[in-house]
Amino acid sequence: MDFVKPTIEYAELWPLLLVFGVAAAGVLVEAFLPRERRRVVQVVLALGGLAAALVGTVVVGTGLTSLGDGAARGLLGVEGTLVIDGPTVYLWGLVLVFSIAGVALFAERRLEGGVSAFAGQAAALPGTEAERQASTQGLDHTEVYPLMMFAVGGMMLFPASNDLLTMFVALEVLSLPLYLLCGLARRRRLLSQEAALKYFLLGAFSSGFFLYGVALVYGFAGSMQFGAINEAVRNDADNEALLLIGMGMLAVGLFFKVGAVPFQSWVPDVYQGAPTAVTAWMSAATKVAAFGALLRLFYVAFGSDRWSWQPMLWVVAILTMLIGAVLAVVQTDVKRMLAYSSIAHTGFVLTGVLGLQASSDLAVGQVTSLEAVLFYLTTYGFASVGAFAIVTMVRDSGGESTSFPRWAGLGRRSPLVAAAFAFFLLSMAGIPLTAGFVGKWAVFTVAMSAGAWPVVLVAIASSIIAVYFYIRHIRLMFFSEPDGEVASVTTPSLLTSVTVGVCVLATLFLGVLPGPVLDLVTQAGQFIR
Amino acid sequence: MNEFPWLTLLVVAPLVGALVVAFAPATLTKQLAIGFGLLTLALGVAIAVQYDVDGGMQLQEQHTWIEAFGVNYALGVDGLGLLMILLTVLLVPVVMVAGWFDGDDGDTKAFFAWALALEAMSLAVFCATDVFLFYVVFEVTLIPAYFLIGGFGRAGRAAAAVKFLMFQLAGGLILLASVIGLYVVSAQQGEPSYLLSDLSQLEMSQNAERWLFAGFFIAFAIKAPLFPVHTWLADTTEKATPGTSVLLVCILDKIGTFGMLRFCLGMFPEASQWATPLVMVLALVSIVYGALVAIGQDDVLRLIGLTSLSHFGFITLGIFALSSQGGTGSILYMVNHGLGTAALFLLAGYVIRRRGTTLISEMAGIEKATPILAGLFLVAGLATLGLPGLSPFVSEFLVLLSAFDYHWYVGAIAVTGIVLSAIYVLWMYQRVMTGPTPTGVEGTPDIGKRELGAIAPLMLALVLFGFYPMPLLDVANPTIDSLMAYVGVSDAPPDVPAGSVPDHAATEGGEG
Repeated sequence: MDFVKPTIEYAELWPLLLVFGVAAAGVLVEAFLPRERRRVVQVVLALGGLAAALVGTVVVGTGLTSLGDGAARGLLGVEGTLVIDGPTVYLWGLVLVFSIAGVALFAERRLEGGVSAFAGQAAALPGTEAERQASTQGLDHTEVYPLMMFAVGGMMLFPASNDLLTMFVALEVLSLPLYLLCGLARRRRLLSQEAALKYFLLGAFSSGFFLYGVALVYGFAGSMQFGAINEAVRNDADNEALLLIGMGMLAVGLFFKVGAVPFQSWVPDVYQGAPTAVTAWMSAATKVAAFGALLRLFYVAFGSDRWSWQPMLWVVAILTMLIGAVLAVVQTDVKRMLAYSSIAHTGFVLTGVLGLQASSDLAVGQVTSLEAVLFYLTTYGFASVGAFAIVTMVRDSGGESTSFPRWAGLGRRSPLVAAAFAFFLLSMAGIPLTAGFVGKWAVFTVAMSAGAWPVVLVAIASSIIAVYFYIRHIRLMFFSEPDGEVASVTTPSLLTSVTVGVCVLATLFLGVLPGPVLDLVTQAGQFIR
Repeated sequence: MNEFPWLTLLVVAPLVGALVVAFAPATLTKQLAIGFGLLTLALGVAIAVQYDVDGGMQLQEQHTWIEAFGVNYALGVDGLGLLMILLTVLLVPVVMVAGWFDGDDGDTKAFFAWALALEAMSLAVFCATDVFLFYVVFEVTLIPAYFLIGGFGRAGRAAAAVKFLMFQLAGGLILLASVIGLYVVSAQQGEPSYLLSDLSQLEMSQNAERWLFAGFFIAFAIKAPLFPVHTWLADTTEKATPGTSVLLVCILDKIGTFGMLRFCLGMFPEASQWATPLVMVLALVSIVYGALVAIGQDDVLRLIGLTSLSHFGFITLGIFALSSQGGTGSILYMVNHGLGTAALFLLAGYVIRRRGTTLISEMAGIEKATPILAGLFLVAGLATLGLPGLSPFVSEFLVLLSAFDYHWYVGAIAVTGIVLSAIYVLWMYQRVMTGPTPTGVEGTPDIGKRELGAIAPLMLALVLFGFYPMPLLDVANPTIDSLMAYVGVSDAPPDVPAGSVPDHAATEGGEG
């Protein structure tokens, strides 16, 4: 058998390769540079790499060739295992933007008094002499940057993969560094390690489901490639049971990543236990990547069989929204509240995902479900990064202070920060003139157009529930009298404050003038196969 | 399109004012705020001067806003909108002057900035001719309102603010479902659009129209408020400052009845007729129940809040009687209720400031010390109960006529609202003002110049429009005529005194 050298489209893939390259370079930096110089080099490397990749993404995006009558743009790469089309490029851009914000939050040192939010020495057991020494010496784990860059690479690969095996590899590449990063908190280390362990065990379990699903779908279609699977689905190859079970298994793996019910139990624990900078970044970026993959899998590979999976999504979306919103109401910790709210938002995104319609059913200029979901991910990402970034700033003597009573009256002590936090909450609640409203409108609309009005009604009911706990928190910050010890806002360095500022502006801009970004997602066009 | 964007200017002026007040030095807060309030008033008057009473929708502006959603930034003003705009631009400076010291126990800046922001958003609501734009500003009004209620007023206001916001946002989200539904229906018939002018041409299936109507109506019923979704009203007015209550009840709540006229009737005529029996029942229950509950209140602000429930019942009754008297009457009622209730709230606020309590049972006997205040309070009260010669009488009369026209027993039940209102107003006056002067109250200062200055425009308007309602009728009639023609209802020859409702001949038809 002849061995044919695979052709690799470097011109389109270089942003992805650059991120992996920077990650590998980061490992070398860890190995060869003296400890005191590593941080600066790592931060510059990571920020520079991500910024260059972002520029590259824009360049690649503008240069994509149009296919068909302009309904889609892009090409298949690396022998059909990767696909660089409009949605891929848009998702790359989103992941990179949120990751730049993530690096900025990772690099913040002023909040902890000169050290980062990560453990001085992760191997030292909590409460031991070794840990004390590490913290008195002001040690820092700069490995977090290469770890993060690997995860970013995985996140970019995930929605770009065009076959099941690549998708699985991407899933693992993005997940493994995340498990580690979650366990590296400087304070409350046991909580952090517990979170990491829980995330890892459940994550590994769900990966198993995904892999089993891959095998079953391969058994059905005889191919890993989405295009071929789609053909098999269309031609109604025999043994639909294999297909349905396989589809379900794959869905389990992806639902776990996005935190949809009934695979949501890790979300609050991990969001709470992980260093808040990690939570901020992964709440946005992981969701973007995982929903990108979910969309591609269901729209491209199983799009012709949407009558089979839409009912399942209906149920999952309804449960996710309701459970996320209802359980958020009873939380007393800001991070956990945001975590449950993120579950509810997963449900809202799923409402958009299930709004898939044949293009012949859509009016000219009508919003498609893909556009709606991409836009929603953008709006939620900015609000989530911004909100968690503010959580890192609200502190008391024991570090970050996340229990509700500590936040009482924050609006009087630090009106600007509290106002920004309230603004993010309002965006998540979907109040008009914030990004969240436009996003909500878009996903509800596509679901309604597809006839999923019961889901939309539930979505509206859960929005009402969700509004309650957001408003309650605003009331706590602005109108409640503080009782006992309270948290105050520590002035961060430019890294965090610029991140928050950008998120506020983006949330406002997307709320008032969403036109340009909506045009962008419209131009991204359809998935190609 | 119009050359000069008057309406945009009208909306932007108070918005800029809010920002300026928020960032200017605290010593200038009140002067700046009143300055911007008066500037907006001047703009409102300038718009009224240009307004042509028979010109339909005027001063229109239209720019593409979000192309992907078929959304336009479209403003325009008709007779209904004009009256609401004028009411708003008048009441805001009045509230500022009357509530000069209301913000002082909290953050003065915030009070005036939020008040201006609320004015800007309310004006945008009354100008919007794109349903999406309307929805956006409709929701955004709640944020300033929330901070006004939660930040200023009496203990327990934070909880009241949350209750207020939850009710309103729940209504808003139900409305969102209908707004989305409109998009879907409009997309099914070609290119999606949210312009009111496009949507009123839309062919809808009977079911779709009824569902969409239900969403709009529920949201407006919560806003207005109507029984049984009124429970936020009394709590809110009880805890907020009287000034805030004026902004809420006299301006913001008008959005509910405004929306019923412009959107429920203007887009879903068939469904509006279909729902009339139910709406009538709700309106009647609101009228009687609101008045009965008001009688039993011991808190003067709560009492005034609940009287509004009764009044909004009347307004809704007039709207859904689907006749020109009813429509015109309800528009007039919206204006007059705004004037009368604002006067009552603000005067009650003056009394509360003097007595240090809001409980009617503890007030008694201030009449002799403050005769002018007492007199004005009586006039405002009499206006509320619909005494002939004061403007609410005209509108109440028209609405009752339409109610009797609709069915005699509807009118008969509505009339009891008048009787009950006499009870709650006069009994309240008696308990608050009359009686032996308690010790320590003799020296209470009578109404001051600032206080009088704030209330004077309201009193003048109440008397003026009571004797000469023609200007209001001239503005309201064409709007109602075209709306009724659209709904497809025509009147039996109206049986009203010649002169109070002119020019009905244009809309008369065969059906009775």
